Amino acid sequence: MSELPSAAIDERMPRPAPGTGRGVIRLLVRTPLSAAGLAVLLALVLVAALGPVIAPYGVNATDVLGALRPPSPAHWFGTDDLGRDILSRVMLAARVSLQVAVVSVAFALVVGTAVGLISGYLGGWVDTVLMRAVDVMFAFPVLLLALAIVAILGPGLTTAMLAIGVVYTPIFARVTRASTLSVTEEPYVKASQAMGTRRSRILVRHILPNISGPIIVQTSLSLAFAILSEAALSFLGLGVQPPQPSWGRMLFDAQGFLGSAWWMSVFPGAAIFVTVLAFNLVGDGLRDALDPRHRTRMGRTARSGSRGSR
Amino acid sequence: MTGRPVLSVRDLRVSIGSRPIVRGISFDVDAGETVGVVGESGSGKSMTVLSATGLFRAAGAQVTGSSALLGTELVGASRRTLRAVHGDRVGFVFQDPATSLNPLLTIEQQLVEGPRTHRGLTPRAARRRALELLEAVGIREPERRLAAYPHQLSGGQKQRVMIAIAIACDPTLLVADEPTTALDVTTQAQIIDLVAATQERTGMAVVWISHDLGVIGQVADRVSVLQHGEAVEQAGVHEVFDAPRHEYTRTLLAARPVLGRDQRRPIAPDADRVLSVADLDVRFRVASPGGRHTVRAVSGVSFEVRRGETLGIVGESGSGKSTVANALTGLARVNAGRVTLRDADVLAATGARARGIRRSLAMVFQDPFSALDPRMRVEAAIAEPLVEHRLVADGAARTRRVRELLELVALPAEFAARYPHELSGGQRQRVCIARALACEPELVIFDESTASLDVSIQARVIELLIELQERLGTAYLFIGHDLAVVERMSHRIAVMRNGEIVESAPSAELYRSPRTDYTRRLIAAIPPERPA
Repeated sequence: MSELPSAAIDERMPRPAPGTGRGVIRLLVRTPLSAAGLAVLLALVLVAALGPVIAPYGVNATDVLGALRPPSPAHWFGTDDLGRDILSRVMLAARVSLQVAVVSVAFALVVGTAVGLISGYLGGWVDTVLMRAVDVMFAFPVLLLALAIVAILGPGLTTAMLAIGVVYTPIFARVTRASTLSVTEEPYVKASQAMGTRRSRILVRHILPNISGPIIVQTSLSLAFAILSEAALSFLGLGVQPPQPSWGRMLFDAQGFLGSAWWMSVFPGAAIFVTVLAFNLVGDGLRDALDPRHRTRMGRTARSGSRGSR
Repeated sequence: MTGRPVLSVRDLRVSIGSRPIVRGISFDVDAGETVGVVGESGSGKSMTVLSATGLFRAAGAQVTGSSALLGTELVGASRRTLRAVHGDRVGFVFQDPATSLNPLLTIEQQLVEGPRTHRGLTPRAARRRALELLEAVGIREPERRLAAYPHQLSGGQKQRVMIAIAIACDPTLLVADEPTTALDVTTQAQIIDLVAATQERTGMAVVWISHDLGVIGQVADRVSVLQHGEAVEQAGVHEVFDAPRHEYTRTLLAARPVLGRDQRRPIAPDADRVLSVADLDVRFRVASPGGRHTVRAVSGVSFEVRRGETLGIVGESGSGKSTVANALTGLARVNAGRVTLRDADVLAATGARARGIRRSLAMVFQDPFSALDPRMRVEAAIAEPLVEHRLVADGAARTRRVRELLELVALPAEFAARYPHELSGGQRQRVCIARALACEPELVIFDESTASLDVSIQARVIELLIELQERLGTAYLFIGHDLAVVERMSHRIAVMRNGEIVESAPSAELYRSPRTDYTRRLIAAIPPERPA
């Protein structure tokens, strides 16, 4: 531990930051909270991928005689009203829930960020037109808009993903536009413009990296909400079709048994909770680790052995 | 000195976490006296004074030692004690009058706050007091101004109001933290006079914090010079200026730009013309509550710059000097005029021709902290114009050119791998200069490029710029508000006011025999080299 003697000297002789790429992952792992989030996400992906192989029971293996059993050594998470093993169903539902969340948010992220960047950087009538369109989309309640899309395209997993993606696009457009507006005014963007740099290059090299913070936070939040939206759509019979399991579907199926079989709602609910939390932790960690200024500070605290992130 | 000191500070130490910021400073302030606290950024000057007056509070901060205001201990005092002292016996004036006033309250509401809290005045009596105060700080038509909001006042007027608020309860001590740094020189001179006059009348003690030795020389009776949280020299103001004992004080004094101290070597008489600007006009359309109207930011400005020559442009804020720079680099739309770089018409060029012109016309901005993308390493930042204009191949050739440029601005080659936040202000500005020189431009525009640097660093950057110009023959357009700095840099100077050039002459001539009243006022407002 070699603490520098004074603020003045520290200001003058800052230490170099660890490198990018592997350095980002190393810093992410070094912060206990994001490391935990990352571990949970990896485990979830593994479960989603290997679900059918490692699940102890078949997903739709009914056993009416063994219905509504509380957790036991044979059925760790208990069984539902048709005697299906809840642990197996939660594991298999991970694939559907993650798929819906990731695909729909990826759609919203790409489309929304592009719209926001163009709108914020170009300004003028392009901005007006794009933002009024976004306003109109915002004016509809989220679920109503999703319902309308599903009603037109017919129910199913693909439609649900598309609907959720469209519904979350305006949020990304707004967040991106606001950040773009403020970053565009930064002297380093002006400096680049004065050098004669092309617009596309300024957008990709200067603006996009510097607005990544709020976008990453918005992504992790949206992933969480997308899982919940999928649950709501599935409950209305417009998303995942039974008997295919999804966490949301399972939650709503459990509604009638809240008083008698708590395990039916608690375990899928816990799965959603843990996933959402993991997404948020990793998102926060990623935002800090991607910022060179934070990277230096995190590297320093990690080196001197004191506590992590911000 | 008669009686005990108003403020007596003994062995004051401040640390944040395990990092000491102020390391054992002692000083006294007597009634009717001004103590100047001077130092560069990071010297702990504001921290010292704010901790001594109990205004500094931060997570993980520890303040030890003693600071007594007429017997009341302020270090470690309860919030209640401090509340009773602040605004009543101690008044504060801060650097930026634009952010120190609440934009949603009228001047009257902000002026009566202190007298009503500390003196229990009735609304009517408080209003009378507010009127008195506005008159005392020299604001015309005080009745009308009472109902005004801060945005309706100019910067100088706002700082006058701040001073009125600070002296509202006749404090025994006034703390002024860089009160003139955000103001123009002519306004600065008025504020200095105002504080001196108020002090004469009320006999209050003043602690004046500044990075500017010139201002300190004008206001202070005694001076404390701070470096790295220590008072390296404490003496009377004349002693500090005439017989400085500490090395650092001498460095500060030597680094200070002084009018007429150094002259630039004249350029070759037959040097080619690089840039010529004729009848430049820039207008902005402004929408205000009173309707849309047009502001003429620059009108009818003409000048020429030759190879190896620096043309300085000085002016106060709002004079249009930065707009000229923006118009030349395409950041502001030009309404009329002709700009010629070598033989190319800058304003009419489009497409590839325009990009070629951008390459030969570089700019260095004011604030090195924000002019570099925080997410780009130094190497990428310097190489950006090279890559954009396809002047150098990727890989080894690019690395070599970046190294060359770093060497040119006297930075070690390993800085290429650093991020901007890992550099100090002076180092960052050197990176910006390297970036501007990357494409071997014909002309570099410096828009207040040394204004935000500490004096000692500013002096070194100016030396570097002069050396580079003599070596490379690049023409400079050097824009600034500080006549002394501009004069040090420039062969010729143009003085701007309200969007027009009011006077233009060779540097030495301009300050020795100014032709217009405005230039004379500008020169007179500059703090003298030595205290009177």
